[in-house]
Amino acid sequence: MDFELSPEQKLILETVRRFVREEILPLEADLDPDASELPPHHRERLVAMTKELGFYGLDIPEEYGGPGIDLTTRTLMAFEMAQHRAGLYAPCYGVFGGAGLAQLYEADDGQKERYLYPVLRGEKRGFFALTEPSGGSDPARAIRTTAVRDGDDWILDGEKTFISGADKADFGIVFARTDPELGRKGITCFLVDTDMPGFRVRRIVHTLRSTHYAAELEFNRVRVPGRNVLGEVNQGFAIANDRLSRNRIPYAAGCVGVALKAQEMAIAYAKTRKTFGDYLSTRQAVQWMIVDNEIDLRTARALTLEAAARADAGKPFRTEAAICKLVASEGASRVVDRAMQIHGGYGMTKDLPLERWYRELRIRRVGEGPNEIQRLIVARDVIGGSFH
Amino acid sequence: MIGVRLARPWLDLDEAAIAALPGQLGVYEIGDAKGGTLELGFAGGRSRFGLRSAIAEAAAKHETAARFRYEVTMQYWSRFEELLAAYLADHGELPPGNADRGDRRVGRIAAAGG
Repeated sequence: MDFELSPEQKLILETVRRFVREEILPLEADLDPDASELPPHHRERLVAMTKELGFYGLDIPEEYGGPGIDLTTRTLMAFEMAQHRAGLYAPCYGVFGGAGLAQLYEADDGQKERYLYPVLRGEKRGFFALTEPSGGSDPARAIRTTAVRDGDDWILDGEKTFISGADKADFGIVFARTDPELGRKGITCFLVDTDMPGFRVRRIVHTLRSTHYAAELEFNRVRVPGRNVLGEVNQGFAIANDRLSRNRIPYAAGCVGVALKAQEMAIAYAKTRKTFGDYLSTRQAVQWMIVDNEIDLRTARALTLEAAARADAGKPFRTEAAICKLVASEGASRVVDRAMQIHGGYGMTKDLPLERWYRELRIRRVGEGPNEIQRLIVARDVIGGSFH
Repeated sequence: MIGVRLARPWLDLDEAAIAALPGQLGVYEIGDAKGGTLELGFAGGRSRFGLRSAIAEAAAKHETAARFRYEVTMQYWSRFEELLAAYLADHGELPPGNADRGDRRVGRIAAAGG
């Protein structure tokens, strides 16, 4: 596969690279090492810049006002946008805008007016609630939250956990079981406002990641009007699955981005740090770590771009997306780990971004479908004969 | 499981108590003698001496500061956000030292006993 960049792609990447270097890194130097947001006045200024550049709302479909960037270019941009301390979970602190919740593009016109457009205008925030204490990898079986019809409404009862952004959201996309006999065909997707009686954020679930921390939610007889069913009754599983494969590609790209930066830091440090009279870069033990980093990086980068290119070409890409997600998350973890080793004691400190990447990359092997599930997907496609 | 609210003993605010504080990262609450909360805060990765310097600096901003309590945690960022949300749920407003949040949203969490 040929990954020669077009002149336009080169220009875009140079612009993003310069943006990170000149706008993000200087601000980050003054922020807390675990910060996930910029001071409001800086955020407003930088959002204005990305809008001026035509890069705001990168993941918003063109028909809704997005810039219409293909997934390959978006992936290349994600490599660049992740190359700073908060870059893995808050690339450029969100000043390039989000897509909102992709499932909302499947909403009916009334729901779009009440939820999608306010999200795109930055007036409302939403969350995506699939995972429950009973599990998240196998939602068809794990979902125990129920929704029972009551006249024109539905009554939701249950709990969700590891739900990012729920404590600051105005509404959520919530999956509940509407037919206990039908397995994955008995799940429905609801739009739940956070001010509906019976909805509670119980607590924040503290993890290795500070950015976009998760919360535990409770639904106690939450009455949801029938007009808030997203899609068809009992068809919620398809909505949940809709963008899973596609999401794995930028997810992998973020891992590659921080790993690229970690490798750059490791090489720079190895060329300046002396031990026993010579630079670390002259020691074979260190050279091999850098070489192993390069192999992990190039492998992850190529597989991620391949998945993106297949998606852009309209070819099946489920297998490629699963492979790039697991290779990038595991490879980037090794790269950052080796970079920390090369930096010695400094690598463990909050003075450098490596320790944050190390913590957050650990989550990447579980998030967006654990890597065991990715292997399951690949096994099913390869052994099942649908390998392409 | 970590409790949502800061359930640590209050300590009198004096030089000896501050000097005895750990240099670790964590969250804290500064209070007055009447039982009110003046500020919630955290000792983050840029604090010079962790909780020791962060609590000393925060206390110096409040004339009526008389006591404090703290919790050592590496998850100081999300824990701080949780404490702010819990305080807002319980009191309907933020402590005076945290009132200036700009347009940064404070999370919504269930009120105590709610």
